[in-house]
Amino acid sequence: MTEKVIIAGFGGQGVMLSGMLLAQAGLLRKREVTWLPSYGPEMRGGTANCHVTVSSRPIASPVILAPDCAIVMNLPSFDKYERQVVPGGLFLVNSSLVTKRSGRKDFRVVPVPVNELAQELGNAKTANMVMLGAYAGVSGALDRELFIKALEVIGGKKDHLLIDANVRAFDCGMEYVTGGYCGEIGA
Amino acid sequence: MGKVLMKGNEAIGSAAIRAGCRYFFGYPITPQNEVPEYMSRHLPEVGGVFVQAESEIAAINMVYGAAGAGGRVMTSSSSPGIALKQEGISYLAGARLPCVIVNVMRGGPGLGGIQPAQSDYFQATRGGGNGDYRIIVEAPSTLQEAVDLMQESFDLADRYRIPVMLLCDGMIGQMMEPVELREADRRPPVEKPWATVGTGGKRKPNIITSLYLNPAELEELNLLLAAQYREITERETRVESIGLEGARVVVAAYGTTARIVREAVDLCTAKGIPVGLIRPITLWPYPYAEFDKIGKDCLGVLCVEMSMGQMLDDVKIAANGRWPVHFYGRTGGVVPDPRDIAREIEVIAGRRPV
Repeated sequence: MTEKVIIAGFGGQGVMLSGMLLAQAGLLRKREVTWLPSYGPEMRGGTANCHVTVSSRPIASPVILAPDCAIVMNLPSFDKYERQVVPGGLFLVNSSLVTKRSGRKDFRVVPVPVNELAQELGNAKTANMVMLGAYAGVSGALDRELFIKALEVIGGKKDHLLIDANVRAFDCGMEYVTGGYCGEIGA
Repeated sequence: MGKVLMKGNEAIGSAAIRAGCRYFFGYPITPQNEVPEYMSRHLPEVGGVFVQAESEIAAINMVYGAAGAGGRVMTSSSSPGIALKQEGISYLAGARLPCVIVNVMRGGPGLGGIQPAQSDYFQATRGGGNGDYRIIVEAPSTLQEAVDLMQESFDLADRYRIPVMLLCDGMIGQMMEPVELREADRRPPVEKPWATVGTGGKRKPNIITSLYLNPAELEELNLLLAAQYREITERETRVESIGLEGARVVVAAYGTTARIVREAVDLCTAKGIPVGLIRPITLWPYPYAEFDKIGKDCLGVLCVEMSMGQMLDDVKIAANGRWPVHFYGRTGGVVPDPRDIAREIEVIAGRRPV
């Protein structure tokens, strides 16, 4: 069982951290994982992405050319990764910034207005966690408890406020895609 | 200790400190900046010394000084920075000083780019510096291997009084993977009676130099080095290989490229083409003898690199005319696609027109 995910967006949207949490959660359930970032002159406002592979077998290449899932946080990422997702795969789109529709009929598109949802929660910076929650809800590939543990490993246990804000955002994204969402945005 | 998720550059730094490295001299360059960053934070915790030098040339000469005084010392850089260090590396080899040099390769020539590449194979294995010298070159393909080779690099450097290079590409430096940072084995440190640590008034001073104006003495040094290089070649060559016996095509690749090749091998296996893989772990000494294990059904050897063909020379030496040697490479920071490599293999296997 191998799950290949690409997470992409503007620098500053937290796509690297989302990928790290996904990889860390995979490691916590004793999977093989790789996390490969784009690196270089990208900075806030530039483009950034990471390739995350979680597998029950040793991972050959950390480079993902045909992802099972692409999570796109902005329009350039939508355009870049729409064609790469495998047939039957998953395409999670930040519909706050991307209004474009995919022409493909052979995969599942899930639009999530993560910026508005995060703003509604009172912390616009947690849009990435809303998206990660949505990914968890749709794919079933990320367990909530493991997400929290991964957050503690990467962010440190001390900052309860920060962890709480991120978990709230994660829950919000999950509820949005699984039908438990009670707010007003995008409904 | 369990597995932790670490970035390659940080894992290399951590493994170096565990291996007893206490001195680091370097100058920043992408994509290896997390190595000095890690060392600057953690070396002081163990009583070590971190200096950000004013240049790569200064850094490698600081390595020379610390190694001469018997310290476990390293530097790290990336391609153009390693080019600047070549004079120092030649001096270290001439003065027989142990040290570890990490090169997290990026695309070249010149300043090139910052994306992953393997175009410093010649520089690493043929020597960018002057003189009749060799350095041990190790090329990890996973972060766990990078961590394990770090300990080995320091041990080999001390045992043979030779510079050792850990040759990685940008992906190894930048990616995260679980690693187990084993406690360094408590081998007794190698005695360094040659080190310049003060005579205490009790013995003649040790002299660390690579200057020999008497030709006979310089020849003697070169003969000594050559004998040592033969010993290293016999004892320290490392390689991993799979499926050589019944292979129709054998692929040779190292580092991250070998991982990408594994995906191509899987694609070909699914089509019923038996493919073998030779993955050199030491690039010098090169595992030439491993090619002798290739079975009689082999139609050709394919060398795959993130360069325009540098290890290719060694593959040709190893093949020695027994099989046609083919090459596939991407360069400049472009990473090869396993589907393209698989197509090359299919052509060599006669399953696809050229």
